[in-house]
Amino acid sequence: MARAVTGTAAVERPRGGRVPWVGAAVALALVVWSWRGIQADIPGLLGGEGLRQIATYAVRLFPPDLSQAALRDAAVGAVETFAISLVGSVLAVCVALPLALVTTRTILYRGILHEGHRLGAAEKALRIAVCAAGRAVLAVLRTIPEIVWALLFVLIVGLGPFPGVLALGFHTGGVLGKLFGEALEDVDQRPLEALQSTGAGRLGIVVYGILPQALPQFVSYALYRWEVNIRAAAVMGFVGAGGLGQRVHVAISLFHEQQLLTLVLAVYVMVTLVDALSAWLRSRLV
Amino acid sequence: MAGPADRSPASTDRRAGRRTFPVLLGAALALTFVGSLRVAEVDPRLLVDRKAAASVARFVADALPPRVDGEFLSLLGVAAVETVQISIAGTVIAVLVGAPLGLMATASLTWSGVLHERATRATRLLLAMAPYGVARALLSVFRAIPEYVWAFMFVRAVGLGPFPAVLAIGVAYGGMLGKVYSEILETADPRPLEALHAAGAGKAGVVVYGLLPAALPHLVSYTLYRWECAIRASAILGFVGAGGLGQQIELSMRMFRFDEVVTLLLVLLALVGAVDVVSGRVRARIGG
Repeated sequence: MARAVTGTAAVERPRGGRVPWVGAAVALALVVWSWRGIQADIPGLLGGEGLRQIATYAVRLFPPDLSQAALRDAAVGAVETFAISLVGSVLAVCVALPLALVTTRTILYRGILHEGHRLGAAEKALRIAVCAAGRAVLAVLRTIPEIVWALLFVLIVGLGPFPGVLALGFHTGGVLGKLFGEALEDVDQRPLEALQSTGAGRLGIVVYGILPQALPQFVSYALYRWEVNIRAAAVMGFVGAGGLGQRVHVAISLFHEQQLLTLVLAVYVMVTLVDALSAWLRSRLV
Repeated sequence: MAGPADRSPASTDRRAGRRTFPVLLGAALALTFVGSLRVAEVDPRLLVDRKAAASVARFVADALPPRVDGEFLSLLGVAAVETVQISIAGTVIAVLVGAPLGLMATASLTWSGVLHERATRATRLLLAMAPYGVARALLSVFRAIPEYVWAFMFVRAVGLGPFPAVLAIGVAYGGMLGKVYSEILETADPRPLEALHAAGAGKAGVVVYGLLPAALPHLVSYTLYRWECAIRASAILGFVGAGGLGQQIELSMRMFRFDEVVTLLLVLLALVGAVDVVSGRVRARIGG
């Protein structure tokens, strides 16, 4: 334990020489403060009580319930979770793309697209305002965690997988919108200049210069978020938004521990499957 | 566009495959997507009917203005502090879980590379199978099961409060840390290690003086990044009864106190932002 703690704390030792021990001391103090704060009884945990509770619970999980009904239930939940994550991720891309375009300063009001002609003051102010508004929307979308969105949408459209889809779409849309916007602003400027010098219009530069350069990153980010979303989709059901999460919630609440283990195994299989699928798609597409 | 040199039968085959592959892939994805739309019961009409509009209007009306009286804020302060503490303690446990498993799951430490040059094939295989395989399997299970599921199970096992959240973050993030630690260690430059080995250093010497110093900035940097994620997670784990801001958010939402929810989300935003800044500064400094 002490070793790993100093591992985290000795952050600045290798290069610094400036204030390594101060940093280490602050980190150590933070760790001690946190341990006291959470009232974790470490001797109790390692010495018996906590550990015994965990062990007792773990034993009750075995063997997993492999009856037909349980397996069918887990399979239905897994398919539903997969569907939520996929549709949610696609919805997120649909939310993110337009917002990313209107929050890209190099498309809206500055940079190579706006070299030839000057925007009027009012026009420019309007575009800056649109950009700021788009960024604010993205910030709100991604600040509200998926599960809070899910609870909101359960209240709006009722129970079932659909609110889960909407929750993933909104939260992930905010995350992807920001990432997409950054990708659009960071494209290599030289091809754009080449296009411009051959007489391409502004739309031409966006369509043939900016978007193709950003596309591989879009795909890569979208696949990465899909991996995040399969995990999120597996827990969305805790607030009534369908999928494996809902079944996990029921199994835990009713003390059906063996069924719970089957469902957790299903979560594991789905997550691993989507990770592999996403890695494969990335290697083929990007 | 390919030059004449490319025109062997094999490469035409491959190019034909390249042309049909996107079509097949596209079709498969489209089919999966349409099927998913049905399974997920997607029905946009639900969003635009009068009932939905009425509830949205009510949420917005309830949410403004946010509740900021002293009593609520002090309650919030306690929850926010607890959230930070959970994230730090959880990250420490994650390091304790991830570091040993990550070391065991590092191929260059357990069975291949300069440390095991003299081992026979059979010994290497045995070494590969036992600790390496077990560590990889454990890490994979730890990180594939979301922290909320872990938290839910730990709540059942050890009761309500911040402790199950700490354990959940520790296990789930331990799995991620362990995997990334092993990747960092495996990509470390082998030349200094070989130099140490040639100079007569033992296995422990190679690890302690060669591998760890080279990898430390990256290890610390990734750990800090995970801490940033942990603060988000610990704020939400309360939804399953595991303390912190999340518990308060859930309570307020269940009681339709959206004015409280807005304040809570703003506090969460500030907290996450502050942690990002602190962690970013430390990371920039160590150059990991």
